[in-house]
Amino acid sequence: MNTRITEMLGIEYPIIQGGMAWVAESHLAAAVSAAGGLGLIGGANAPAEVIRNYIREVKAVTDKPFGVNVMLMSPYADEVAKVVVEEGVKVVTTGAGNPEKYMEMWKAAGIKVIPVVASVALAKRMEKYGADAVVAEGTESGGHIGEATTMTLVPQVVDAVSIPVIAAGGIGDGRGIAAAFMLGAEAVQMGTRFLVAKECIVHQNYKDRVLKAKDIDSAVTGRTHGHPVRCLRNQMTREYVKLENEGKSFEELEYLTLGTLRNAVVDGDVTKGTVMAGQIAGMVNKEQTCQEMIDEMMEQAEKLLGHK
Amino acid sequence: MLEKMKEIIADQLSVDEDSIIEASSFKEDLGADSLDLFELVMALEDEYSVEIPSEDLQNLLTVGEVMNYLKEKGVEA
Repeated sequence: MNTRITEMLGIEYPIIQGGMAWVAESHLAAAVSAAGGLGLIGGANAPAEVIRNYIREVKAVTDKPFGVNVMLMSPYADEVAKVVVEEGVKVVTTGAGNPEKYMEMWKAAGIKVIPVVASVALAKRMEKYGADAVVAEGTESGGHIGEATTMTLVPQVVDAVSIPVIAAGGIGDGRGIAAAFMLGAEAVQMGTRFLVAKECIVHQNYKDRVLKAKDIDSAVTGRTHGHPVRCLRNQMTREYVKLENEGKSFEELEYLTLGTLRNAVVDGDVTKGTVMAGQIAGMVNKEQTCQEMIDEMMEQAEKLLGHK
Repeated sequence: MLEKMKEIIADQLSVDEDSIIEASSFKEDLGADSLDLFELVMALEDEYSVEIPSEDLQNLLTVGEVMNYLKEKGVEA
């Protein structure tokens, strides 16, 4: 299936894997890219040299295109922004802010810049500053989220900008991809489904928690303090939400979540850890290779869209 | 300039114009979040034909600070 996104990025399928913190390292990114999508290395709060190594590891496995997600609030954002240029990365997505200050450097290096946005105004602003595309991410997503849903945000962003739009949030199979295309998107970004990919390095407990998640298992912490994070319900979220409802301050609550994403991803603590996942987790119920996932989803999407 | 600013801010944030003073903090007093601020910046850029880079945005916390900033950029009252 060809769109402006597949042509721009040189990929076979319009599927981009989300740059999930701690999760999206070289194995997952390489597997998604090798399967014909676009794998992303999640920069998160990692030091620049860690990202440099991931980039080299992906290159050693596949010569297909891949990208790096630069988390703009990271203390290492400036260095990571330079490393992607030095290592010749072709695609950069950005999260948690506005990448204006790096735009010139990246564009000069021929990098395709794709900011993740949660509002129409930010999408328009990114287009004005030279973004090649935007990811319109709805609140169904896992991790740090905005307010608008994918269903409402994507068509509004599509109408507001002329650059191609990638839909994210709540997409987990071929039906979701087809729906996103009906809304005007030219590719999708998915995180939650790839969490349970065989190539994904997250702890098996984490995968099992996503696999057994039901539709009602999604919770949002931190909404009252302006830092909403979507994850799967567990002991941590129940305690957090209870204290939040009692009016505890952000500082008082922070101890509950500090380092807990790592504890869940690396150590498999899925009761007190932060198990970030999107609302679609309830529908993600089988472990597959990235190739199996992408083939299955694309076949379904193309059938629904009448391309086959 | 304050009157025009109040008009733009009231329109963007759907707040009462009378609740806005020069010392109003966008976040603390007017309840704006980061997405609101981008809307506001886009509206100000259009109104005054200026560019407001994001780096500068971090230092613009109150209505008065934005007015001073615009004046420094050569915007006439």
